[in-house]
Amino acid sequence: MSDRIMSASAALAEALHEEMARDETIFILGEDLTAHAGIFGQFKGIPEKFPGRILDTPISEACIAGCGVGSALTGMRPIVDFHFSDFVTCGMDEFCNQAAKIRYMFGGQVKLPMVVWCPDGAGLRAAAQHSQSLEAWFVHTPGLKVVIPSEPADVKGLMKASIRDDDPVMFFQHKRLFSKEGHVPADPEFIIPLGQAAVKRAGKDVSLLTYGSGFYLCMTAAQELAKEGIEAEVVDLRTLKPLDMETVAASVKKTFRAVIVHEACRTGGFGAELAARIQDELFDYLDAPVLRVAAKDVPIPFSPPMEDFVLPKAADVVQAVKAVCYR
Amino acid sequence: MAADKTTLLAMYRTMVTIRQFETMAGEYFAAGQIPGFIHLSIGQEGSSTGVCSCLRPDDYVATTHRGHGHMIAKGADLKRMVAELFGKATGYCKGKGGSMHIADFSIGILGANGVVAGGLPLICGAGLSIKMRKTDQVAVVFFGDGAANRGPVHEAMNMASIWKLPVLFVVENNQWASTTPQSSACALGDLCQRAAGYNMPGYSVDGNDVLAVRETTLKAVAEARKGEGPSMIENKTYRVRGHFEGDPQKYRDQAEVLTWQEKNDPVKRFEENLGKSQILTKKTSKLIWDEVKTDLDAAIEFAKNSPFPQPEDALQDLFVNA
Repeated sequence: MSDRIMSASAALAEALHEEMARDETIFILGEDLTAHAGIFGQFKGIPEKFPGRILDTPISEACIAGCGVGSALTGMRPIVDFHFSDFVTCGMDEFCNQAAKIRYMFGGQVKLPMVVWCPDGAGLRAAAQHSQSLEAWFVHTPGLKVVIPSEPADVKGLMKASIRDDDPVMFFQHKRLFSKEGHVPADPEFIIPLGQAAVKRAGKDVSLLTYGSGFYLCMTAAQELAKEGIEAEVVDLRTLKPLDMETVAASVKKTFRAVIVHEACRTGGFGAELAARIQDELFDYLDAPVLRVAAKDVPIPFSPPMEDFVLPKAADVVQAVKAVCYR
Repeated sequence: MAADKTTLLAMYRTMVTIRQFETMAGEYFAAGQIPGFIHLSIGQEGSSTGVCSCLRPDDYVATTHRGHGHMIAKGADLKRMVAELFGKATGYCKGKGGSMHIADFSIGILGANGVVAGGLPLICGAGLSIKMRKTDQVAVVFFGDGAANRGPVHEAMNMASIWKLPVLFVVENNQWASTTPQSSACALGDLCQRAAGYNMPGYSVDGNDVLAVRETTLKAVAEARKGEGPSMIENKTYRVRGHFEGDPQKYRDQAEVLTWQEKNDPVKRFEENLGKSQILTKKTSKLIWDEVKTDLDAAIEFAKNSPFPQPEDALQDLFVNA
């Protein structure tokens, strides 16, 4: 069976179709889902195939999130569509004080199988309140898992794993990557376990540790660097919590240099956590400081020249790699 | 009366159990044997008992930081409750929750909640789940007059109504939101007037009359089970104790508290009512108080003799699939 080429959006829809057909307790709820099969068309075919299992809600984010929590506690497996990840602020109590804590603070009495699907990221000229990358907030909240796929196959395999997981999962998918195409295996049991990074380009000179949209920056940068004789290894983390530190360590032990790349702003971002862990656990293997490539520490501005300036670019990755390689 | 003798006596026993449990908790807290904070529901037994007397074990309840009474009325185990208050490994949550976070999912208690109004969005999820699974369960959320002013209450009542979820919104108007009187925090005198804005029935009930609470709840539960949607019940009551144990209560006149305690105690009222109907004799009453005390003493002994959790147990129970 040969792999097929499909968009990230189609890969997501396929994962949902397969899982919803397999398990009738899975349902989707959120704002404006059925009229256009989701605001990004990500739920194509689902309203027709699974009537009553994809629900349009009022604009009531706290209650949408709460419906996810309450239904997950009582036998369902909800997928909560949060429209734009920026709006998680309106459901924050339900995510961080309820979903993240219920199993733990009640002594493990119950499971909470909920996926919160959050389209995130910048580059669409959508300005400060529709462009953020907020994954670090949730990585900092014990009790939540955090998944950020990049390529279409990752979207499918990780969504299926997230749906089957018995814990709450924050699933961030970059809006600008919905139309990106890639190989997606046809096997309905194709699943990428949470907590498993992938080495997507092998290299010996530097480890590029990345996820989400950062993955594409790193692949572009790696091609540029190869022209100058620098072979970058690209590690797509895919899941930030649980984190596959083993794969990170294996790569750094090979290259002795690490650059972390993400679209989220720099200060307090996931890169800070990863850099800290690398120096804690791999200090003796480092030939250079760990560098971060990230967005600048401002809200995402609207006007194209300013937005482009604020976001990290492949050229920034190239520059950081040259710095750690002392070139 | 709205129930047979067995049910009435069981309700009386429940109210006595809550009263004795809360009194015990206050004493052990004052003696330094319960860590943290506790919020007691003395004087509100009519609401918890009246509502839960209408529920089945498979019905859901979400409760609040002042939730011991709801837990007991829904059938929670006293031993595991006391042990949790004491922070012991045998407690409901193995010592991870404490007074504000007790749950028993085996009898539909989806948990107490440390976040004011935290239970309302969650109960809509339980109601939605009932509807999708096509059972005739109901889901009840208790909240206070303070919680009634939070935004998620609006979202939850609206969503429950448009989807006709089998949910009961039970607001226990105990007239004090921490230090703030209800009259200065809400433009409405009767909180149940809110129900009209969501096109659902709203009932204002004397919350210290356990039979009135039961009668109203029976009606609302029956409607919910038939698929006719949610209701709001306002049980007007009074918070006899401080917001938390140790609260100096400088914000209110103690004479007000005493008046409620002496003239409108839900346990005494029910006792007198049952006495007049010759359902409860003084002898039976004493027997019930003694039996409850024996049970509670056994629960306290159990808790005292139980071990504390191991420190490293703090690292367990975070994820199912770690």
